[in-house]
Amino acid sequence: MKKRWICLFVENEIGVLARISGLFSGKSYNLDSLTVGVTEDSTISRMTISLTSDDRTFEQIKKQLGRSVEVIKVVDYTDTPIHMKEILFVKVNHCTDADITELFRISKVFGVAIIDYDGTTVLLECTQTENRNDDLIALLKRKFANRIEIVRGGSVAVEAVSISER
Amino acid sequence: MKQITGADLFVKALKEEEVDTLFAYPGGQAIDLFNALYGEREIDVILPRHEQGLIHAADGYARSTGNVGVCLVTSGPGATNLVTGIATANYDSVPLVCFTGQVPTHLIGNDTFQEVDFVGITRSICKYAVMVRKREDLAETIKKAFYIAKTGKPGVVVVDLPKDVQRAYGSDFYPQEIMVRGYKPNTSVHMGQLNKALDILNHAVKPVFLIGGGVNIAHANTEMTQLAELTGVPVITTIMGKGAIPTTSSLYVGNIGIHGSYAANSAISNCDVLFSIGTRFNDRITGKIEEFAVNAKIIHIDVDAASISRNIDVDIPIVADAKKAICALLEKAKPLHISEWTDEINRWKKEYPIDMGKVGLTPQMIIQSINELFKDAVIATDVGQNQLWTTQFLDIDENKQMLTSGGLGTMGYGFPAAIGAKFGNPHKDVIVISGDGGMQMNIQEMATAVVYELPIIICILNNGYLGNVRQWQEMFYDRRYSSTCMRYRRSCEIGCNKPDHCCPEYTPDFIALAESYGAKGIRVTKAEDIKSALNSAKQNTKTPTVIEFIIDREINVMPIVPPGNSLNDMILESEEGRE
Repeated sequence: MKKRWICLFVENEIGVLARISGLFSGKSYNLDSLTVGVTEDSTISRMTISLTSDDRTFEQIKKQLGRSVEVIKVVDYTDTPIHMKEILFVKVNHCTDADITELFRISKVFGVAIIDYDGTTVLLECTQTENRNDDLIALLKRKFANRIEIVRGGSVAVEAVSISER
Repeated sequence: MKQITGADLFVKALKEEEVDTLFAYPGGQAIDLFNALYGEREIDVILPRHEQGLIHAADGYARSTGNVGVCLVTSGPGATNLVTGIATANYDSVPLVCFTGQVPTHLIGNDTFQEVDFVGITRSICKYAVMVRKREDLAETIKKAFYIAKTGKPGVVVVDLPKDVQRAYGSDFYPQEIMVRGYKPNTSVHMGQLNKALDILNHAVKPVFLIGGGVNIAHANTEMTQLAELTGVPVITTIMGKGAIPTTSSLYVGNIGIHGSYAANSAISNCDVLFSIGTRFNDRITGKIEEFAVNAKIIHIDVDAASISRNIDVDIPIVADAKKAICALLEKAKPLHISEWTDEINRWKKEYPIDMGKVGLTPQMIIQSINELFKDAVIATDVGQNQLWTTQFLDIDENKQMLTSGGLGTMGYGFPAAIGAKFGNPHKDVIVISGDGGMQMNIQEMATAVVYELPIIICILNNGYLGNVRQWQEMFYDRRYSSTCMRYRRSCEIGCNKPDHCCPEYTPDFIALAESYGAKGIRVTKAEDIKSALNSAKQNTKTPTVIEFIIDREINVMPIVPPGNSLNDMILESEEGRE
């Protein structure tokens, strides 16, 4: 089992998202995240799909995506240098002064922005990799158990331009 | 430019696509389309009696002619009644375009009368499904639908047509060509891979061809026969591939699979090169996958990349159309010297033939009589024992074709498929081989066959059971005949597993039923009456003929590979043995 990344160019039409997500559910393929947005060409949408699978299943997934009429191109990013980011909001409720100090310290270390605050609730915004966001969530869950509310956006990815950086 | 309604453009599009037969059932949201078809002379508009029968008929028409089958039904229940037929056709790569009426666009999502999200329902069971939301997209979408249905790996396309789009005026332009950027059917053959495959084949000591439905779909039967004859390599087929070369050819070994022949399954298990074309290696043919063709290098040609290396690991994958690949192979292939191997296979064929071995009215005798009496024919099967016996005993050559629901295994398929086949092949004999169970699943189409004067011959093999399931219950479930007896009545003992002469009478009386529809009915209870019944049906050129063959109640399909076993591990005969 290995973490995989796929970039998918699809027709920007009603029902395409259902078609792609239906393919995953109908064939029992595992799906970690899926994001979609329109590209510079308004008739084409671009999806970033992350999933965990073995080699055989992953080959099948790429072929099944490729044979869908609505799919224009399938690009496997698994072993390609890419930049990827995921937006994450974390709301921490019922904060004491000590909590707030701690949150500011965490925000420094993790490169997280505090974008809203009302005295007892703090809203963090984090645009990091999926793994880094996982780490942050784990830490916050430990420190502020049952007081946090999480919204994750799923990853977007793009090929690196000049460097082999991930 | 001339302005016409969507409905008129629909009719124009059908003509441009050279649709000669339309299987259609009207309804509220399709009434404008039917209005545009009124009095139409270029297109034969057929009214079946149920939408499921309708789509199986379109399927039978498409399989037997090679043309795209076209359906037109209304929204809601009209559309949902197509679902089984869509999955059936798509699973067997049959080109169909299904037009469904839909409620007007401004009412979609309002739980309108007879509204269903048909594109949503069919998305996972067809090749492509689309709703036409704007009148200006109509022509291009229909063009695209036909193009996608018939190219590459053929399949079903659903086109949902809201009523306001049918009624709206717009251009009468219909494009001659279309480009779909996300859809590029493979049109070439990778010669490097093909040469590698040939190299492996040429060095083989025990090679076999394993041919699936892809060769029949690509109409490559002549070329495949040439390839087999040129190389001398024995040919094994899946049930969908049956007829890829004439079954009477000495190179034909038989069907592979859980009801395949001993020789075919043994050849697969013992071969050193398995050269497969147009099969997806589905579970019914491989048996226990870990023990499938373990000694063989496997070459796999398929038009669908997703079918390759999915179920079994392949040494040489080749994505190509079967006909193109076989033609390319023909240019380079050479005779192999493998007489020891072919002798061995022939010995297996001789020692372990598929033979029901019983005297009396057996399915084998019925099907062999059909072989003898009909030379130019389309034979449609239903699903179950009737289908398996037919795939075992029917002879197929260039003048005969078998239609069967291989992938989905849809009971109720055979009879309506034969109706469609007869529309497409009026000069051929069209024969249905069905069971008593499947026959009742679309029996309403008897009216269609009668009113369109289709002299189809319907052979019902009546054992009073849902025989295939009963066979499994007998062999693997301790004879617990749960819900498989068709002669059951309230008065029967609970948990009965012993049919005898006291069993309640069968209902319906198929002969009386046939006659009430205006068809001819013949009941056959003795082997010596088989041929006279078939001949008498052949003479009847005005109406369908139902021949009900009363067969042994507990007759089994043999041999069988028990569930979970490897192909090596077949049960060859029923426990009672031969009589």
